[in-house]
Amino acid sequence: MFITKILQDDLSGKIFLAVLAAVIMLVPLFNLLVPASSLFHLPTYTVTLFGKYLSYALLALAVDMVWGYCGILTLGHGAFFALGGYAMGMYLMRQIGDRGVYGNPVLPDFMLFLDWQELPWYWHGFDQFWFAIIMVVLAPGLLAYVFGWLAFRSRVTGVYLSIITQAMTYALLLAFFRNEMGFGGNNGLTDFKDILGFNLQSDNVRVIIFMMTAFALAGGYLACRVVVSSKLGRVVIALRDTESRTRFIGYKVELFKLWIFVFSAVMAGIAGALYVPQVGIINPGEFSPLNSIELVIWVAVGGRCTLYGAVVGAVLVNFGKSFFTAALPEVWLFALGALFILVTLFLPYGLVGLLRPKRRSV
Amino acid sequence: MKKKRSVWSSYLVKLFSLIIFISSLTFADNQISPEVKTRSEAAAHEKAASVFENLLNQFKEGDFSQKIAVIKQITRLNDKRTRLVFERLVHDRLFYAKDATQRIYSAETTPGGYRLTDVISGQNIGEVSQGSVAKIKINNRLRKTLRTSLAQLDMSVKDPDIRLKAVKSIGNVLNEDTVKFLRTILPTETDYDVRTAIKASLAMVDLHADDLNVRLEAIKSLSVTLDPEFNTELKELLEKDSAGNYLEQDPQIIEAATNAIKKIESRVSFYEHLQTLFFGLSLGSVLVLAAIGLAITFGVMGVINMAHGELIMLGAYTTYVVQLLMPNHIDIFLFIAIPAAFAVSGLFGILIERGVIRFLYGRPLETLLATFGISLLLQQLVRTVFSPLNRSVTTPSWMSGSLEINSVLTLTLNRLYIIGFTLLVFLMLLAVLKKTRLGLEVRAVAQNRSMAKAMGIKTEWVDAMTFGLGSGIAGVAGVALSQLTNVGPNLGQAYIIDSFMVVVFGGVGNLWGAMISGLSLGLANKFLEPYAGAVLAKILVLLFIILFIQKRPRGLFPQKGRAAEG
Repeated sequence: MFITKILQDDLSGKIFLAVLAAVIMLVPLFNLLVPASSLFHLPTYTVTLFGKYLSYALLALAVDMVWGYCGILTLGHGAFFALGGYAMGMYLMRQIGDRGVYGNPVLPDFMLFLDWQELPWYWHGFDQFWFAIIMVVLAPGLLAYVFGWLAFRSRVTGVYLSIITQAMTYALLLAFFRNEMGFGGNNGLTDFKDILGFNLQSDNVRVIIFMMTAFALAGGYLACRVVVSSKLGRVVIALRDTESRTRFIGYKVELFKLWIFVFSAVMAGIAGALYVPQVGIINPGEFSPLNSIELVIWVAVGGRCTLYGAVVGAVLVNFGKSFFTAALPEVWLFALGALFILVTLFLPYGLVGLLRPKRRSV
Repeated sequence: MKKKRSVWSSYLVKLFSLIIFISSLTFADNQISPEVKTRSEAAAHEKAASVFENLLNQFKEGDFSQKIAVIKQITRLNDKRTRLVFERLVHDRLFYAKDATQRIYSAETTPGGYRLTDVISGQNIGEVSQGSVAKIKINNRLRKTLRTSLAQLDMSVKDPDIRLKAVKSIGNVLNEDTVKFLRTILPTETDYDVRTAIKASLAMVDLHADDLNVRLEAIKSLSVTLDPEFNTELKELLEKDSAGNYLEQDPQIIEAATNAIKKIESRVSFYEHLQTLFFGLSLGSVLVLAAIGLAITFGVMGVINMAHGELIMLGAYTTYVVQLLMPNHIDIFLFIAIPAAFAVSGLFGILIERGVIRFLYGRPLETLLATFGISLLLQQLVRTVFSPLNRSVTTPSWMSGSLEINSVLTLTLNRLYIIGFTLLVFLMLLAVLKKTRLGLEVRAVAQNRSMAKAMGIKTEWVDAMTFGLGSGIAGVAGVALSQLTNVGPNLGQAYIIDSFMVVVFGGVGNLWGAMISGLSLGLANKFLEPYAGAVLAKILVLLFIILFIQKRPRGLFPQKGRAAEG
């Protein structure tokens, strides 16, 4: 009921959700029910790979919200993604318990390796799943709030904003590389065993996490849809196109920007939290500015300001990446670089822009 | 103002007359020396020479302590050949013939045996078989004595640097003889540094003398040194026993030593600060060099060039290629590499501008993405052409080594040159922008594009040239970086974020802003490092910039007027 109301004028959204629903139903079917010897059997490895793409897609949605609708080119969204991932990773780390190499029931292996005596204060509470979930939302949200409040209040815009978001993720990258931070340093957090008492390696758990990710993506899409079709969404689009005019009309532009920025950061954090149990590792590399720029290109390839375009872009580019880095590793960076140039020069509306007639300007 | 100038000129006059005075002194010295050689002295010389030969012959037999006595006697003779003989001996290259002549030779090993030179006459004997000569045996004690003797010989050399080194090596073996030697040469020594070093070495002995005044004097001469070795010697004076009482009885000595240590430590920390300042300036000038090209393209054209780092990398690879092309001219290849790198990176820059960026004017965010794509392409291109491994570029001999001011402050030459080079590039760029037709047009376009166009300036051409200039400077920065780090495909990435920080901090479109912000960021980094560690220092600087941008969104030196809106 509620969903149909949201999707009233949104044909592409209906198609997108229908495809997603089909994926949610078919993937477990082909993985769990079709016998392994069959041609139609989907290996668990592939399921997890798709799950990874879907969490990237959720991240791309988050970027599309700030870039496509709010006009803020963020080059640091990878930081929110990684923070959510670290929150989840810390929970998974605590779940290892005394099954680590050193067998300490409280301290993770890397802390024992560094000869730490007790758990740092910010690790407390992460043995509880609910607490970890709160932190998945809170950590990126809070960072985005503080950063956005500072930046938007003093009207930092355009390329300056892009560069300081990049500086932010770069600073976090350097910080998380330090062993003294207590997040595993260079190696990050890995070697996870189970989640909520279920073995992470088992096929059932992997399929369930995949389905969770797909549901989260659907939920994220609907939430974004609600936001952009609301009055708030229209103000945000207005301020993207002419910021000063919107301000003169009387809207507090910085509050709208801040709201969207935090919303998007939280979504990125959730994407990170879903990403970590599937790939089984989180390390400071996720903070690297290169990653953040790459996810902007997913959105650009798919087509910004459409939401489903971001999803399409994220899945396609990452599929291409998996394919090329395995088959022709030399070619991948050439292809990615060319993609950046060609898309910005010739496809301002992205791939989905090819499908529909040019009605409105982006 | 006028008065000040006249004071300066009087200083200059004094300086000049001083230089002339000194040079006349050395000239006079050369004049006198031949006159001294009177006939009687020449005869004495001859006699001493035959004594030298006799002494030399005693090396062949006798035990080691006898040989040491011989070495001391030879040292006193002051014969010209002494240095050669001792040097050969210390390196085990002195032999004597097994035949009846028993002459002593210096020998070089050849495939067939030895090539001999007569050490007394300097005559070349030619090759002989291994069996016909025997080595003069020495041991470690002998080597030590020889080294000290060599150092003593060095003390009569004109170059004060060699004398200083000699004093230091003598200072390592303080015994009755060497102390006596140092005391005899101290009054005749004229160089201040050498005198200080001699005094310090003597003070090490005098510190334990019986006379109170001698000891105080020794502490005083140690207090002007910086060598950690002397400092420990002073600290030993202040050692306490288990009950916390000083082992030293005399309160005057304790007070003097405490003061001396304080004095040394304050001077050491002063020089350490100078050293940090130097490191900071060096890092800062690298940042300025990397960022200054960006400041031009970003400032003048409002274009964010994410491929700037890769243009730096191309410059570094150009240096590498130039080095490969002229392997026999290591000392001058850099002078070829600088224009070559400028040309290569500049051409690539113009290509990027004509091929991609000009279609994206007015859309800075898209430009950012497209140029990032270019940076990926260039990286992979270099990886494919040169392999992903790091390449190292050799440093020419005139750039390697360091300038040792004292034991705390050492300035490495390559960094010193890069600081100078940055200044040079900066000044040239300023000159281009202020004095040339191109510079005038560039500034006009930066200030008001449409007005400039209306005045007949070909803005498209100016854009291409500006981009080429900025990229060329990036290439030149690459030449400098190739002297500091290895050249690899990721070289550019390491600097791109830092250069952005410099430009954003300094204010867009402002060369002086880039200069000042680059230097201050470099200094901030290096001065924070001792307290926070390298990584944390960098994080703190980044955080500072993020906060700073909130306060002044357009940098230290924002553009004023219409150009600022946009």
